[in-house]
Amino acid sequence: MSTFYFIAFLSIFFSILVISAKNPVHSILYLVLTFFTFTIHYILLNAQFLAVVNFIVYMGAILVLFLYTLMLINLNKEAEPVKPFMVKISAVFGGGILAVALVSSLKSLGVSDPVVLKDPNLGLVKNLGKVLFNEFLLPFEISSVLLLSAMVGAVLLATKEKEPKATI
Amino acid sequence: METIDLLIKIALIVIIFAISLVVAMYSTYAERKIAAFFQDRVGPNRAGPWGILQPLADGGKMFLKEEIIPTNATGFLFIVGPSLAILTACIGSAVIPWGQNLEIGGRVIPLQVTDINVGILYIFGVVSLGVYGIMIGGWASNNKYSLLGAIRAASQNISYEISMGLSIIALLMVTGTLSLGEIAKQQHGFWADGYFSWNVFKQPLGFLLFIVCAFAETNRSPFDLPECETELVGGYHTEYSSMKLGFYLFAEYINMFISSAVMATLYFGGYNFPFMDMIHSPNLVAILGVVALFAKIFLFIFFFMWVRWTIPRFRYDQLMDLGWKTLIPLAIANIVLTGIFMTFFK
Repeated sequence: MSTFYFIAFLSIFFSILVISAKNPVHSILYLVLTFFTFTIHYILLNAQFLAVVNFIVYMGAILVLFLYTLMLINLNKEAEPVKPFMVKISAVFGGGILAVALVSSLKSLGVSDPVVLKDPNLGLVKNLGKVLFNEFLLPFEISSVLLLSAMVGAVLLATKEKEPKATI
Repeated sequence: METIDLLIKIALIVIIFAISLVVAMYSTYAERKIAAFFQDRVGPNRAGPWGILQPLADGGKMFLKEEIIPTNATGFLFIVGPSLAILTACIGSAVIPWGQNLEIGGRVIPLQVTDINVGILYIFGVVSLGVYGIMIGGWASNNKYSLLGAIRAASQNISYEISMGLSIIALLMVTGTLSLGEIAKQQHGFWADGYFSWNVFKQPLGFLLFIVCAFAETNRSPFDLPECETELVGGYHTEYSSMKLGFYLFAEYINMFISSAVMATLYFGGYNFPFMDMIHSPNLVAILGVVALFAKIFLFIFFFMWVRWTIPRFRYDQLMDLGWKTLIPLAIANIVLTGIFMTFFK
């Protein structure tokens, strides 16, 4: 249990650093560390497959692409966009509302009962596959369609509009 | 876990680390000798007989060189880069089965640090993490060439990871498990049930895809565009000197060793060798198995070097075309063909 609290502390600590870091590249690197602590959480929950997939997909692929994009756009101090005053005001307002919502949710705070898994091997690949393709087949397939539509959208955005053929 | 078991585990880990470092060290020597052979030269022959002490001399030189951190580099990340590179190179060896169980005095000693049941995915995760060392180092150097090298490494790794993953999926359909220990066990001997038992004979196309992707993931020639010295000075390690540069170069050789071990385990029967059933002492079989595995690994390392000194480098657009337009469709076709074969012929 103490491991959990330590890792949970690290998760929150790194995620605070993500938003407070001045340099966007440092921010992404803190996000990598945050995702790494999530991986440890999954391992503590005995969900090996989920842990490794989180590791590969989020840390190994998505954040590498984030970092890649950030390195390509040159973020100097001079090139930093100056935000207009109204945007700052509305950001403060939005943050305040979020804070109120979070504080009010504290009212219903209680210590959760630790869920005792009926089957400690539930997180293993074999069992996860069986559950996904039997009980949750429809949501699983629908989410894959969602990914496909995102991919089609990205391809559509990336392709140039057809230029009229040059006459010789 | 008993104390003695724990001690055995720690000893095993230390031995594997030491072996991978020594192999990586002598890979540098082997590479220079092989390059010399291909180019009709002699190669290093001054330090010790046949130049056998050359890696030690190189290492000593690396340690004693002046350490330079450029003024405009991001100090901390500049050091994190090479450290991450060597760390991710080393931790891959944890799930590789090096041999069958040894039995000494009634105690069974597994020659594998840990047999987690998502072993392949663990290797895959470590490989995908390896690119951070290059990216962080290249960015922190604050140099255009380093940054270009880092960006090339990132996009190359991501592109080839996809076809590597897809080629593994077809292998998983055949083996039905993700554990490397289990996969090695399934390829027992050389001939079983009227067919070869090694996976390379069941997944020839998958192996071809895997080895091409392994070349790309280890940044070895012909895929060494991140450090392409004709265009980018030194690539991502342009600004590095002394042992920090040494770590980057060393990480490449350790990666080569680990990926050779993975390829030998996944496709070439791991520690299994032909006619192993004819030897009746299990300990002898285990020891010969370790020897067989290392023989396969050294063959793969030689193959890596052979390709490096034979084939010219790709152009960057050719590299991307190969990854996205050739390897990925082939890998998907391989999955479909494997599925059809397994449905109708088994």
